[in-house]
Amino acid sequence: MTASTLHVPTAGPGAGDPVLEIENLSVDYGYTDDATHVLRDVSLTLHRGEVLGLAGESGCGKSTLAYAAMRLLPPPGLITSGSVHFTDRDGTRTDVLRQSDAELRASRWQDMSVVFQGAMNSLNPVFRIGRQIADGILAHRPRTTRKEALEQAAGLLEMVGINADRARDYPHQLSGGMRQRVMIAMALALDPQVLIMDEPTTALDVVMQRQIVEEIADLRERLGFSVVFITHDVSLLIEIADRIAIMYAGDVVEDARAQDVYRRPRHPYSSALLHSFPPLRGERRELTGIPGAPPDMQRMPPGCPFAPRCAHTTDVCREVRPALGPTALADRGEQEAARRVACHLHDAAAGRGGGSLPAGLAR
Amino acid sequence: MTHDVTLAEAEAETVTEMRVEHDDDPRRAKRFLFLRNGKALTGIGILLFFGILALVGPWIAPYDPNQVSADLLQPPTAAHWLGTDHTGRDILSQIIVGTRGVLVVGLIAGVSATILGVVVGVTAGFVGGAGDETLSALSNVFLVIPQLPLIIIIAGQLPTAGGVTVALVIGVTGWAWGARVLRAQTLSLRKRDFVEAARANGERTWRLVLAEVLPNLTAIIAAGFVGTVTFAVLSQVTLAFIGITPVSDWNWGTILFWAQNNLALQRGAWWWFVPAGLCIALLGMALTLVNFGIDEFVNPRLRSTGMNARLLRRRRIRPRIGFTPVLRTGPSPDRPTSEERS
Repeated sequence: MTASTLHVPTAGPGAGDPVLEIENLSVDYGYTDDATHVLRDVSLTLHRGEVLGLAGESGCGKSTLAYAAMRLLPPPGLITSGSVHFTDRDGTRTDVLRQSDAELRASRWQDMSVVFQGAMNSLNPVFRIGRQIADGILAHRPRTTRKEALEQAAGLLEMVGINADRARDYPHQLSGGMRQRVMIAMALALDPQVLIMDEPTTALDVVMQRQIVEEIADLRERLGFSVVFITHDVSLLIEIADRIAIMYAGDVVEDARAQDVYRRPRHPYSSALLHSFPPLRGERRELTGIPGAPPDMQRMPPGCPFAPRCAHTTDVCREVRPALGPTALADRGEQEAARRVACHLHDAAAGRGGGSLPAGLAR
Repeated sequence: MTHDVTLAEAEAETVTEMRVEHDDDPRRAKRFLFLRNGKALTGIGILLFFGILALVGPWIAPYDPNQVSADLLQPPTAAHWLGTDHTGRDILSQIIVGTRGVLVVGLIAGVSATILGVVVGVTAGFVGGAGDETLSALSNVFLVIPQLPLIIIIAGQLPTAGGVTVALVIGVTGWAWGARVLRAQTLSLRKRDFVEAARANGERTWRLVLAEVLPNLTAIIAAGFVGTVTFAVLSQVTLAFIGITPVSDWNWGTILFWAQNNLALQRGAWWWFVPAGLCIALLGMALTLVNFGIDEFVNPRLRSTGMNARLLRRRRIRPRIGFTPVLRTGPSPDRPTSEERS
C-alpha cells in the first residue's frame, strides 16, 4: 500500500458541510449499573464527500462508535446520551437517535449504509447475488419493478468491477474479493450519502485490498458520498483517508488531516501507533511499539486512559481526563488550528507556543 | 444464598440498591444468576412446595385417605377443607398423599428417559456410519409407536403395576424424541472447529464426548428432562384416570378416576376434581417456568435481558437486534418523531 496515486486529494475538511455530526455520544454495554462504559462523550463530525478514517487498537470502540451512530449495536448495547445528526442533501437535519423504527428502517441503506466486518459471509448462499441486491432496491423503492431492480443490480456490479453476467451467480461461485465487492455494490445500491466500512479489507490479501481501496476511492470521486473507514491498518488509512480520528479506550484522542497525523502526530498515542509499523518510503525511523496493553474498560483509571503507557505522563495525567481541544501549536496556521487533540501536554504548552512539547510531538 | 434470593425479589426496587449490591461483590451476584431469574425462582418455589408435600405428606395429611366416614359428598367445611367424596373420604388428604406418587413417577421416568436419550442420541451423533443408522432406526421406531396405548398394554399385562413400573415403562417409551434432537445437535457440534482441534490434539473419544460435546448440550438435555417429567406426570395421571393402575395407589389421577366414576361433574361436586386438576396444572407450569429459566440462564444472549427484565421496563429499554435502544432522561421520552429543521 505505498502508491500515492491512491490518495485522492479532494476538498479538505471544512470545505464540505457536515453530513453526520456525532455529539457527546455515550454507549454502555449492559443495562445495569455495572455496565461497561465503552464510549464516553465522543464527538466526531463527518463532512460531505470526505473519507474519515477511524484507527486504533482492537477494542478501542471504533466499530462501536460507527454502529452506535447508526443504532445498529446489538444487545446489550445501550446509547445513554448524546445526539447523532444526519444532514440530508436538501439541508434537513435529523437526529438519528430520536427516529422511530419505521423512519430508521426507511433511512438506512438509503441515507447511510454499512459494509460489515467479514462482509463476505453476509450473502445468503441460496439466492443469486443479483436478486440479493435487487431485494434492497425493491424494499426501499416499491415503485420499481423487479426487472428494473435486477437491471440496476447488474449495473451496480459493473460499477464495482464485476461482469454483469455474474448477477445470476450464487455467492459460492465468487471469490472472497468479489463477494466483498458485491457487498460494496449492495451498500451503494440506493446512492447513500454516508457509507460506513467496517474493516472491509481485513480478510483479503494485499492485492485484493488495493483493488478494493482503489475502487472505493474511485467511486467516491464519481458518486460523492462520504466514507467512514474503520481499520487497524494505519498505513492503509493514510493512503485512502482525508482525515483520521485516532481512538483510544473509547475516546477520540486525535482528529486531524491524514497527512498531518502521519507526518506530525500531536498525541503521544498517535505518535506511538505510527512508530509501531515501518514506513516503506521516507526517512528511516526507529520502531518502538507501545508497551503495555489498553486499560480494562470495566475498571477505567481516573485521568487520561493512556497515562500508564505514555512516556510523558505527569501528575495531572493521572487525575484529570483530558478533553478534545486545539493543539498547543494552533497559532501556526489554519491547518494546525483545525486539528483536535486530547492531551494535557497541549494544555500545559498552550500559552508558550508549544515550546514545552516533547520534540516528537512538535514537528 | 438466601441473601441473593431476597435480592432477586427486591432487584429493581431502586437503582441505588443495585449499586450497593454490585459494589459488595460482583462475582458473588453472578454466581447465583439462575436464582435471580423471577421465572426460575417461581418454578423452583412451586416444585419445592410439592417436593416437601411428597416427603412429609402421609404425616401431615389430616385423615387417612382411605378412611370412610359418614360425611358423604360434603362441600368444603372446617373439618374437611376440600370436602369429601361419595364414601366420605377426605379429598385434601387424598391430594396430599397422592403427591408422592406423582413426583416419584415423574422423576424416575424423567431420569431414565433422559439417560436413555443422551446415551442413544449422543452415541448416534458421534459415531456416525452404521452405528448411527442402527440407533437412528431404533429411535425412529420408538417415535412412531403410539405411546399411550403401548403404556396401557404393558401396564395392563403386569399384575403388580405399581408406581415404579409405570415410571420405567414411561421412561422406556419416551426417550426417542430427546435422542433425535440430541443426535442432530451432536452431529453439528462434532464438526465444529473446537472439537476438531481437540481431536487433532489426540484427545480420546470419551473425553471429546464428555468435555467438548456434552457441556454444549446441557440446555437441550435440561429442557428435554423437564419436558419428559411433564409428559410422565401427565401419562401417569392419565393411566390412573382411566383405571389402568391400581386404584388403591393414591395419586391425583386416582382422585379424578373416582370423581369421574361417581359423576362428580353432574352432581356439581367441584371440590372433588378441581383441586386435583389445579395441582396437575400447577406442577406443569412450575416445570415450564424452570425450563424458561434454564433457557435464559444457559443462553448468554437471553441472559442479560432476562435477568433484568423489570429494570429494563422501568427504564423503558427494549433490547432488540438492529435498533439499539437510546436512554431518554429528558422530559419527553419516546417521542416517536422529531425532525429538526436547521
